[in-house]
Amino acid sequence: MKFFRMLFRSIRDAFKSVFRNFSLSMASISCITITLIIVAVSLIASLNVDHFTEVIKQDVTMVVFIENDATESDLAKVKSAIERLDNIEEITFKSKEESKQEMMDSDEIFKQTMGEWDIKDNPLRDSYLVKVTKLEKIDSTVEEIKKIDKVAVVSYGEGTVEQLVGTFSIIEKIAYGIVIALVIVTVFLIINTIKLTIFSRKREISIMRLVGASNFSIKLPFVIEGMVLGLLGSILPVLGLTYGYVAFYNYFKGNLFSPLIQLIKPEPFIFYVAGVIILLGIIVGTIGSYHAVRRYLKV
Amino acid sequence: MELIRLKDVTKQYKNGVTAIYDMNLKIKKGDFVFVIGGSGSGKSTLIKMLYREEKPTRGEIILGGLNVAKLRNRKVYKLRRKLGIVFQDYRLLPKSTVYENVAFALEVIGTKGDVIKMKTLQALELVGLKGKIRNYPDQLSGGEQQRVAIARAIVNNPRLLLCDEPTGNLDPTMSMEIMKVLEDINKTLGTTIIMATHDKEIVNKMKKRVVVLKEGRLISDYEKGTYAKEAANSF
Repeated sequence: MKFFRMLFRSIRDAFKSVFRNFSLSMASISCITITLIIVAVSLIASLNVDHFTEVIKQDVTMVVFIENDATESDLAKVKSAIERLDNIEEITFKSKEESKQEMMDSDEIFKQTMGEWDIKDNPLRDSYLVKVTKLEKIDSTVEEIKKIDKVAVVSYGEGTVEQLVGTFSIIEKIAYGIVIALVIVTVFLIINTIKLTIFSRKREISIMRLVGASNFSIKLPFVIEGMVLGLLGSILPVLGLTYGYVAFYNYFKGNLFSPLIQLIKPEPFIFYVAGVIILLGIIVGTIGSYHAVRRYLKV
Repeated sequence: MELIRLKDVTKQYKNGVTAIYDMNLKIKKGDFVFVIGGSGSGKSTLIKMLYREEKPTRGEIILGGLNVAKLRNRKVYKLRRKLGIVFQDYRLLPKSTVYENVAFALEVIGTKGDVIKMKTLQALELVGLKGKIRNYPDQLSGGEQQRVAIARAIVNNPRLLLCDEPTGNLDPTMSMEIMKVLEDINKTLGTTIIMATHDKEIVNKMKKRVVVLKEGRLISDYEKGTYAKEAANSF
């Protein structure tokens, strides 16, 4: 009971202090807000990139076309050669007849012209559909497959996919750098805010000591003040993120530029991200105030 | 029964100044003791060591069975809860009312709300300020402010009340008011009181035990009521 009374008192004092030194608190809060907005955007971006690369990975299939004069045994050789490579997830055979049928099914004009072809007339090629395990290594895998005898052409996303992923990962790294720098600046700002609060309440602190308040109960309100700053700083980013992402998702109808890039559904995704943002705000605030208390509140 | 015992206490400050030399002193429970001496005689240092603001360089200070000299910083609050302290400059919170100033002492040690109310009003009644609980310190006279400080010091029923020149900023009339309040506390609550002062007038009138310090040494210790005679003889 006593602990909760002290905790309640500390929380009340922390809020009082935040509003008493409002301009100073605002500086810290805005810094936390900016940091957290950038963190939120980076987090959403990188999680989405992870999500759609996962989706793309399942979809990206390279088609290995075999030369027309290949025999049954050539086909088997090609298959085993591909299977021996280390980046192969799955391999399936698609005969030229199957390809023809597929094309005929897909379009009325194809159906009319191709329907007149005899088996011997079919100019299409037998092919293997290959899925890779690591999308980043698809280029080298393609090169390996091209070297195999009787392989005519290998067709796949031609680099656009990896380029996209590569660009995103660079942006991600830059964002991480900015976030770390901002977190450091924020921590220093909070240390300064709490330091000034400590100085402005010197008299109160000295009286608390005289009448026998424990060190813990003297320090607690200041540490909580940092938490409160962090919490207040996370309000705007969380609101912005929640409404912003839902609006963004709805505007693009769940796909960004092409159906290939699927966005993560807002619910429950945004709640997780919001939780992370609030937690981060509180942690950053607490680190700052804890340091200030350790450095400037000698008891 | 003795409440305080100092054994061979020496205090040397970091700048090399020695404030107290080999002091031995015993104070009984319920006593009212004046510590007198000129500036730099070591009165304040003695008081500061008793509430463990300063640590003795050598020697032992036993206060209610607690070895104050060996008390760790983290544990000082346990000692402070057993004593009340009053200063020359009152040390009140200017933005809090009389009531809040006194209640503050109980709030910060986690006392229950209804107990705070009861004890605060009791303490303010004892110092005669029950009618001014909603006033702010700057609306009170010096004597009244000091009485608020005394109420704050005794609100937690301490066994010992330390007063460092409590009348230093007050005129003789107000000083006597304060002394009446202190004597009242000493008699009705049985609180041991140690008061450092250089006001000989007060000391003469009160007729209590008097400990005289000079340049950090205890030079004489007058039993209750004997100081005035001796002092008169010395003139």
